This record gives sequence, C-alpha cells and structure tokens, in this order.
Amino acid sequence: MSFGASGLAELGFARNHPHLFFVIPLSMPLIQSQQLQSDYDAVIVGSGAGGGQTAYTLTLAGMKCLILEAGRNYDPVTETAMFQREDQAPLLGAATPDKHFGFHDATVDGGWSVPGEPYTQASEKPEEQFAWWRARMLGGRTNHWGRISLRNGPYDFKPYSRDGLGFDWPIDYADVEPYYTKTELLVGVYGTNEGLENTPDSPPGVLLPPPKGRAAELLAQKHGRSLGVPILPIHRAVLTRALDADTIPAKLHPNNPRAQRLVAQSMRERAACFWATPCGRGCSIKANYQSTTVHLPPALASGNLDILPNAHVREVLVGKDGKAAGVLFIDKTTGAEMRVKGRVVVLAASSGETARILLNSKNAQFPQGVANSSGLVGRYIMDTVGANVSGQIPLLENLPPHNEDGAGGSHFYAPWWLYQQQKAGKLDFARGYHIEMGGSRKMPGSGSSVPEDLLGGAFGTPLKEAARRYYGSFVSFSCRGEMIPNEGSFAELDPEVKDQWGVPVMRWHWKWSDHELNMARHAQQTFSELIEAMGGTVRSRKQKDPRQIIEPGGKIIHEVGGALMGADPKKSVCNGWNQTWDVKNLFLCDASSFPSNADKNPTLTIMALAWRAADYILEQARKGDL
Amino acid sequence: MFDSTPSLSEPPRMSRRDLLQWFTAASAALALGQWTASADTAESTAKGYGTDPDLSKIYKPGDFWPLTLDEAQRKTVASLADVILPADHLGPAASAVGVPAFLDEWISAPYPHQKADRPVILDGLRWIDEESRRRFGKEFHAVSDAERHQICSDIAHAPAAKPELKAAVRFFSRFRALCSAAYFATPEGWKAIGYVGNVPTVTFDGPPPEVLARLGVEQTVQ
Ligand SMILES: Cc1cc2nc3c(=O)[nH]c(=O)nc-3n(C[C@H](O)[C@H](O)[C@H](O)COP(=O)(O)OP(=O)(O)OC[C@H]3O[C@@H](n4cnc5c(N)ncnc54)[C@H](O)[C@@H]3O)c2cc1C
Ligand code: SF4
Repeated sequence: MSFGASGLAELGFARNHPHLFFVIPLSMPLIQSQQLQSDYDAVIVGSGAGGGQTAYTLTLAGMKCLILEAGRNYDPVTETAMFQREDQAPLLGAATPDKHFGFHDATVDGGWSVPGEPYTQASEKPEEQFAWWRARMLGGRTNHWGRISLRNGPYDFKPYSRDGLGFDWPIDYADVEPYYTKTELLVGVYGTNEGLENTPDSPPGVLLPPPKGRAAELLAQKHGRSLGVPILPIHRAVLTRALDADTIPAKLHPNNPRAQRLVAQSMRERAACFWATPCGRGCSIKANYQSTTVHLPPALASGNLDILPNAHVREVLVGKDGKAAGVLFIDKTTGAEMRVKGRVVVLAASSGETARILLNSKNAQFPQGVANSSGLVGRYIMDTVGANVSGQIPLLENLPPHNEDGAGGSHFYAPWWLYQQQKAGKLDFARGYHIEMGGSRKMPGSGSSVPEDLLGGAFGTPLKEAARRYYGSFVSFSCRGEMIPNEGSFAELDPEVKDQWGVPVMRWHWKWSDHELNMARHAQQTFSELIEAMGGTVRSRKQKDPRQIIEPGGKIIHEVGGALMGADPKKSVCNGWNQTWDVKNLFLCDASSFPSNADKNPTLTIMALAWRAADYILEQARKGDL
Repeated sequence: MFDSTPSLSEPPRMSRRDLLQWFTAASAALALGQWTASADTAESTAKGYGTDPDLSKIYKPGDFWPLTLDEAQRKTVASLADVILPADHLGPAASAVGVPAFLDEWISAPYPHQKADRPVILDGLRWIDEESRRRFGKEFHAVSDAERHQICSDIAHAPAAKPELKAAVRFFSRFRALCSAAYFATPEGWKAIGYVGNVPTVTFDGPPPEVLARLGVEQTVQ
C-alpha cells in the first residue's frame, strides 16, 4: 500500500484531490539487453539528475537515446513508503548498515557502501578519507535527495578572478541563467526573490510560493536579525501548488508542439504537495523532483528512449577516428560483457564514477584513459564543508500541539551574508557558506527519547511529561560551505582492488585546506550565538580543533569535480559545453565538470548545465559537427 | 535522541565513528572477497533485511529475524516497561502498545548497535529479577508497584546511584531510551507528546496564532 486511504478520506482529501486516487503508475517500459537496438543517436550513462535531464532534452527533440543504468528499475508511485509510521518499520526505522539513512529512505542498494562495489582509501587517517555515497536505482540519488535547489550566483562562476584561488569557469552566470529558469519551470521550485548579493532572483512568476515558516524557523529568523544573519525562505524542488501545464510547456519547448503535449501530460500527473510525509522517502504523488517522476516519464513517452537497467558501464569505446563509438558494459543480470554503439556518448554516472569510467577506458590512443590527455581526470574533487551545532530552546518547550510536517524538508535557510566582511579581509577564509536548519515537531522514530541529562532520572508519568515538554524544542544548524579545489583531494584507479565484475575501483585521497577548517570554526561560533540568541543552550560539544568540527570529506554528498571544464585544453578535461576536449562526441553531464563547488547545493546547476549541453549536442548534430 | 534531529532536508546525523566504520568495514571486507556489514556475527547468524527491502509494506517484530526473549523474560520486560511508561492521563501503558515486542526485535537484530545493546539488556533483565528476589522474595513482575519503583529509583539516575549499581544503571538507561522511543513512535505515543502530523492537508498554515504569540514572532511568509 502506498498511502493510508482511510486517513485521506477522513479529511475530505478525496474530495479535494480526486485525481490522486486514480494515479495510474506510468509504467516504465524498460528494456532487457536482448532488446537493445544496434545503435543509438546517444548513449547516456546514468539516470539521475544529469542523465535524466540530458535524456529529457535529447529525446523530446527527436534523438534516439539509450540510458544505461547500473541500478535496478524503480517506481516511486508503487514503492514509496508514504504514510508508514516508524513503528511499522523494523527497529523503528533506525539507520543500519543495510539502510544508512534509515529503513524508509528511498535508497536502493546504496549508501556509504554498495554491495560488491567497494572503493578504497589511500590513507589510513580518517581525515584523509572520502566517504562516497552512491545509490543503484533508476533515478539515482534524486529519489532521496533533500530537494534544496539554489542557483549559483555570478561570483560563483569566477572565483579565481575574485580571490586568486581555485579556477574560473569558462562560462558565466548569464550563460546559465536561461537554463536555471527552464529547469525551475520544469521541476517546480518554491522560494522567494530577495535581491541579495550573489544570490540570484528568478524571473517573476517562475518560483512557486514558499511554505509558511515553522515555529523554530520563525524564532531563528527573528533572532538571526539581531545577529545580522538573514534567515529566509529556502528554495526547494517541491510543488507547493500544481504546475501550470497549460502555459509552462510552451515556454520550455517553443517550437515543438509534440514536446509541449508530452510535457503537459506528464506535468498533469504531478499533484501538489499535501504537506505530509518526508521527501527523503520519495514522493508517490510526484510532488517533488525525482528524475523518475519528472525527467524520465516524458522522455519515455516520446518513444525515443530505451532504458536498460542493471547495466554497469565499464568503458567508453573509441573508434579509429578518435571519436567515441559507444560503451562497453556488464549486464548484471547475466554477468555478460556487452557493447552498444552511439553517435554521441554522455557520461552522467556521478562525478567519481564518471571519472572512473574515463580512467578505465584505456586504449592505444588514450593510454591514460579516454579524454585524459591533460592527466586531470579524477583531480580536484570537491565536497561541501559541513559542520553542525545543535541546541535546546526553552521557549519551544510545551508548545500547543500543531502540525509541522510542511513540505517534507526545510522551509528556511540563511544564504551567505558576509560578502563585505570577506572582501574587507576580516575573515580568515575565502569563500561563503549558507546555513540549513532543522528543528520541528517531526514524526517520532528511533531517536525519540529525551536526552538523559534533561531527565534527572525521571521514569513513569514524569518521563512522559518530560517527553511532551521537550518534544520539538531542539534545533540544529548546519554549515554548507564552499570547498576550494586542491591538489590533495582526488581519486585514481586502485592498482589492485576490483569490483565484483572485475572492474578496477576508485582509490580516494582527501585534504582540507585552512580555508575550509577556518570556515567550520566560524560556523560553530555563529551557530552557538544563534542558539544563545534564541534563549537556548548549545548541546553539541564545543570543539577547539576545527578538524573535529568539520564533517568528513564526502559526508555532505555534494561530490563535484574530477573532470573540470576550462578554457585551456591542457588545464581542463572539457570545455564550457561539458564536451571533452579530446573526444568531441563525448560529454560529461553530471557535476564532474564543475571547476568550483559554490556553497549552493549542486543539483540545480547539474540539471541546468545538462540541459544546456544537450541543446549544444542537438545544434552540433544538426550541423553534422559531432 | 531529540537533540540529534537532523536538518530535515539533509542527511540524518550519523556519528563520525559510525560513518567511518561502515565504509571502512565495507572496503576491508571486500579485500577479503566478500561484503559483510560487520565482522562480528558471533551472537547471531541471522541476516538483516538487506539493502533493498520492500518499503511499501508494514512490518512487525519477527518479520525479518527470529526473536530472543522467552515468556519469563517478556514478563520482566513488560512489567519494567510499564513502570517506565505506565497507563496514565497521557495514554496507555507501554505493554499495551507493543513496546516489549519491539525491544525483543531490537536486541535480536543482526546489526552492530543492536548487538552491543543485547548483552546490556539481557544481563540487566537477569539482574533485575535477581535483585527483586533478593529484596522481596519474588520476581520483578510479581512484586508490587511500590516495590518495583523502589528498585527502579535506585538505578534511574546515574549521578545519584551507588557505584556498585553501575551496570544496572547502564541497563536502565538503555532500556528507558529504547522503550520510550518505541512508545512515542506509536499513534498513542504521538498523542502523548503532541505529534499531530502524517495526515495530508490541502494547505499548510504554519503554527497557530497562540504559538506565534508565545514565541513573540509573526508569520513572515504570507
Ligand atoms: C541524502 C541526500 C541529500 C541530498 N540533498 C541535496 C540537496 O538538497 N540539494 C542538492 O542540490 N543536492 C543534494 N544531494 C546531492 C544530489 O543527490 C546529487 O547532486 C545528484 O543526485 C547528482 O546527480 P547525478 O545525475 O550526477 O548523479 P546520481 O543522481 O547519483 O545518478 C547517477 C546514476 O548513475 C548510475 N551509475 C553509476 N555508475 C554507473 C555505471 N558505471 N554504469 C551505469 N550507471 C551508473 C547510478 O546508479 C545512478 O543511478 C543529496 C544527496 C543525498 C544522498
Ligand atoms: S512533503 Fe510533499 S513533496 Fe514531500 S514527499 Fe510529502 S507530499 Fe511529496
């Protein structure tokens, strides 16, 4: 069962949302390896944000595409645990080594480790290691991601020009802006335009209305003001109202009536958020963005897309002409090695995995791996700087019960606010961070016991009273900050270890610079002040050593870089169109091309760049230039 | 714990130790030719639910791995759980909402955290029955409420407890934490603490006026 229909009916929900009861699963007509065509216009590796967007754009424009996806087929309409309570899951849904983010989380065969697909660390020191989160399912990590969707600002494309660190992008904000707008219109993003420095507004009418603030969020906002921290509505890919299927498709595909029709049809199948059920479980009513509910349905409906799941790509094949000829993959259902031809090859397997495929594609022309004449494949991998402080707020104790489920994730955040101080040289780190916050009366699960130090030994009725008193009174603030690419953070092939299909695996190296460490210390200080300004007490242990404050590399799951775009073929792997310098019909449409990792979470930018790259592929293909 | 409530949109909090353990265990195990979650499976050969369980179902204790407690142990668990979470104006007793079965599922699970709790709980249950026999001549479930309270009071508050009761204090603390988590995760428990969500609504209105007034804030999103 996907939701408690009786609960819905009680609320008159059926009356207001009659169509929800008739959502017919858009069956995903996936293929098996015997059904592969002999060749495709484009072979796309990976079906997450990058692969989904690329397939969407290419197929709606008429290109015959194949997606090879290492994971299994996955259908959010039937597989999502929507209204299940935590006491209906084993161990109250607690995180385990099988399900690292808890039982109901929409991750299949994944997490910090993937069965049969190891990765290794070059160093035994924890601070030099990288935690690599992967998912093996149709739609990849977009099924369970946090849906936070922030645009990079103009500064974020030119960081080197501003402070002499890292690299500039070969493109700027104006190049990407139209694609941010199109992506926001297609996936649906709530938020507000605030006119802040390097925190772009969207054109009027593009963003969906933001949800109302929750108690803790409003309290933090009020006290943030006194500290100069602007706590404002966040942007998330959740439909706070249904998308306008009558007007948006024409804006997205102006001269393509068929695409308009297919996109409109798919948009109409997406309901508005009904303000319950955490988004990390996925959304069976398609009210938030998942590749599986937004990108793949219209692409499949076009008739131009085949999807082969359980296909683990090992190499890009290169022809005598030096162009990509297709890919070699392992059909995981049989273990057989197979080849498929494509006139264009797109890798979108996530940064680390895209770099791995390139490095594993060794041949006479490319002894260091395809598209790696610069020797830079796998170099400059970045994550986000993470640091958390939690606190307890007496003012939030014993509040009258009220429903704070809201949009299944955060409603407020604080964009980076100290550009001027940084410019004036008053901070000991070069880049910014935004603040994400948690704290609400969320559904109780395995963690729902009052911390012992607050109990004073209570049991019996006093224990229940304490639980009622403290429920909803805890808040946490998280730093999401920009990491500057460095020589010590990269991945290479492990010379010995192979995965269960005999494919060499990645070996990680990690290093933080003082910029990241000092930022984490600054965040700890700021968050402590925020909690105290709210009248609360800090509960996290105050750490002096920033190495104890900063989260381990990879932990924030914003893995970007590894095949950077740039203006110089000797110093970068691809150009500003995500096109590799060495192989002109090979494109990298995930975050591997990012030369910097702004504090803004990467996924909206992945999608915007993938859409832009796909438009370029179409244009070049029309000209016969690929 | 409430205080580790993760930011809703981002990964749940996991201790640095857990994280490092999980991914190094995974890579190390692979070097030996197989992936296992934990090297130590001495207590139980049961398997977990795997990395791809059916999430659309509703589960109950015993669905994935065999349970441990015999009838006598269950009685002890139920009576202790009911001292900790009794029937009162805030709802029914723990044993009426399935807390003992949950505890059994927890200590029987083949995962590292649960395996670490297992001896603490099993030894503790044995201790509390012995202590009850020593003091009152009967097992814990058979003595009076007042007598149960007496034993619990001695081990409920670590700073006040006698040093020789250290192990029992540790047991009580884990037992209380597990039982209260289980209790408050049930619909009856939701009522007790005031969780009123998990119901679809047409609009989201934010906190009601009386909450805003108490906090001295205004709704800033219109
Ligand atoms: C819990 C969580 C919360 C997050 N929150 C946010 C957030 O709020 N905002 C944000 O911007 N980002 C967030 N992220 C990150 C976000 O999920 C990723 O940036 C995004 O999914 C990347 O898209 P992708 O297409 O590059 O990779 P993925 O979505 O990972 O998709 C890659 C796909 O490629 C497949 N694949 C891999 N290797 C192969 C191979 N060899 N052959 C064939 N297929 C292969 C994988 O199975 C996978 O399906 C979060 C991530 C997690 C896990
Ligand atoms: S909160 Fe809304 S968008 Fe998120 S899963 Fe629930 S219904 Fe879907």
